[in-house]
Amino acid sequence: MTDRRSGAQVAEKPKTAFWNDRDVRAVLFQILIVLGVLAAGWYLVHNTLTNLESRKIATGFSFMEREAGFSIGESLVPYSAADTYARAIWAGIINTLVISVIGIFLATILGTVVGIARLSTNWLVARIASIYVEVLRNTPLLLQLFFWYALVSEALPGVREAIRIIPDYVFLSQKGLRIPHIVANDIHGWMFALFLGGFAATLFWRRAAAKHQEATGKLRPLFWPTVGFLFGPAALVWLFAGAPLELIKPVLRGFDFQGGGTFSPEMIALLVGLVTYTSTFIAENVRAGILSVSKGQWEAARALGLPNNRSLRLIILPQALRVIIPPMTSQYLNLTKNSSLAVAIGYPDLVSILNTTINQTGQGIEGVALIMAAYLTVSLSISGFMNWYNKRIALVER
Amino acid sequence: MSKMTFTFVNVLAAGAVALLAAGAAQAQGAGTLAAVKQRGAVNCGVNTSLPGFSSPDAQGNWTGMDVDTCKAIAASVLGDAKKVKYFPLNAQQRFAALQSGEIDLLARNTTWTQTRDTSLGLNFAPVTFFDGQGFMVSKKLGVKSAKELNGATVCVQPGTTTELNLADYFRANKMDFKPVVIQELSEVEAAFFAGRCDAYTTDSSGLASTRAARAANADDYVILPELISKEPLAPAVRQGDDEWYNIVFWTVTALVEAEELGITSKNADDMKKSDNPAVKRFLGVTPGMGKNLNLAEDWAYNAVKAVGNYGEVFERNVGKATPLKLDRGVNALWTKGGLQYAMPVR
Repeated sequence: MTDRRSGAQVAEKPKTAFWNDRDVRAVLFQILIVLGVLAAGWYLVHNTLTNLESRKIATGFSFMEREAGFSIGESLVPYSAADTYARAIWAGIINTLVISVIGIFLATILGTVVGIARLSTNWLVARIASIYVEVLRNTPLLLQLFFWYALVSEALPGVREAIRIIPDYVFLSQKGLRIPHIVANDIHGWMFALFLGGFAATLFWRRAAAKHQEATGKLRPLFWPTVGFLFGPAALVWLFAGAPLELIKPVLRGFDFQGGGTFSPEMIALLVGLVTYTSTFIAENVRAGILSVSKGQWEAARALGLPNNRSLRLIILPQALRVIIPPMTSQYLNLTKNSSLAVAIGYPDLVSILNTTINQTGQGIEGVALIMAAYLTVSLSISGFMNWYNKRIALVER
Repeated sequence: MSKMTFTFVNVLAAGAVALLAAGAAQAQGAGTLAAVKQRGAVNCGVNTSLPGFSSPDAQGNWTGMDVDTCKAIAASVLGDAKKVKYFPLNAQQRFAALQSGEIDLLARNTTWTQTRDTSLGLNFAPVTFFDGQGFMVSKKLGVKSAKELNGATVCVQPGTTTELNLADYFRANKMDFKPVVIQELSEVEAAFFAGRCDAYTTDSSGLASTRAARAANADDYVILPELISKEPLAPAVRQGDDEWYNIVFWTVTALVEAEELGITSKNADDMKKSDNPAVKRFLGVTPGMGKNLNLAEDWAYNAVKAVGNYGEVFERNVGKATPLKLDRGVNALWTKGGLQYAMPVR
């Protein structure tokens, strides 16, 4: 059969006209489609540019170098109204990243806890977790953000009647959560170095413990040595140096507290909203992942004499993670993109700042292109990292 | 939650509209007048809700000074002030809506600035309201002057000249402030009245409007005496359609001219019998003015008959008898020491 096809038939193939030839057609149509897409794209771009030109609407990215002239409520990079649009946009990107990173971190922890709680054998804990998930997962996020923002700005007292969470140091009011700054001290550098050293020691200890277990079957303690290595030397040095701790206390002066740092109500509301909302989806992923591991694995672990927490950590989770990680990536992307709802409650994220920029410069197309480019970069980075991690934890077949 | 606006989508939509409609709109860009006549309605961009300037009542009837500009144009072009389709727009949507051809006219308390006039592709008609930016604070704070606002948190809407003037003012006076920038007017007002901000800033007419309409008790809030900017509010059209620009320019002018001539919505019919040649030209008894604009000769008569002269529009919407209680101030006729001065309709 193979002979007939490759030999005899191929030789006498060109009997049909070339436009009826299957191979030629396959290539031809692909070329036509690519050309069509390119032509449509070119038409849109050209048409837009021509029309913008004829209406005397400014184009191009030269506006980025001009003075922005507007202020930003909170920013990690130094920014004032005298800086350029480029710097304002950069401040917005950083604000978006801050919210996304903190949000992803907290949502993962909260989601995992809730997901495991839903599987709890304790009736009350499981019910509370279910209600939490169903209520938050099934209402629109924007509504929840308005709710949290209203709660923060309406229910909290004015700055003069601020709640003293830690008297003289930590205050909570309509102007946000005010915390003291720690004054830098020479000892901090040493403490950090010792912390890094402790980290290396921990790795070493863990590896040695694993070897020891393989050789003798005996377990060495892990948790307390880890804590000790990480924080012990740093704490000792600090104590020997006379426990230097100098804090800049927030002091109420004029309209607001002076000194220390602030978590603004907008940021708090946005974080709480994003974290609680996303954590419900993560909880469901975690629950699905754990349930996907067959019951026999639990029983086998128990038969080996492993206690519950160790079977969860050593047997169940490694298998569940394969199921959990891919949908987790989507949730991280969702959280990042949902952070653009910040505009509704006044947190100066990337979209909020570019909205203002678009309005002051009138260059909507450029602004939207920048928003898309920024989100695309962040999203692709997140999925790139998660794909790498997914590959790393994939079950190794032996 | 009708106020819910998913802004990201808005921006994308605005971008997409600008992109796609740029082509479509250009076809009709040359002839807005023809398009309006064929459609039988003026597409007018107005504020979502700013009592005194443009706000809908429970039945969906729009009222306000900006709304009256829309009505006057519809009356002079189509002979019927009701033939207006209102497009409620927030500060950030407004220019894209005009540029893309979605609306024929933007009458949305918009400040006339050089940048907007030149780089956004707009043309501004005469100023309908001379305004200035001010601050409103709670009386509890005991603040008497904007100069005492150092360190204050200030609520402001984004995408406005207000946002820029605010930063300029504090820079010029070497003071610090923290902006809380919220897009929807209702949300930014709510944040201010909840106490999130020490001060709220916008045009002083807008402050009066917000205080009258939204404060639980208007007497608890005080508008500070300083005006930190000039805010000439004017209707805008797209560049490149002089015929339509002329119509908008002269209809807005006509309302002021009517006040100068003493023509009101009530006496317009009687005034047709006037011997004053200026009045006769204005009301179309002596033909010519309408033809110049490619409109019917009773264009100005229709506009005044529908909404009244400038003074009537002012008093009805924002004057002493309204919750806003504004003085004519600089918006009085030039003959009475104000700035409203009509180019001669002749």
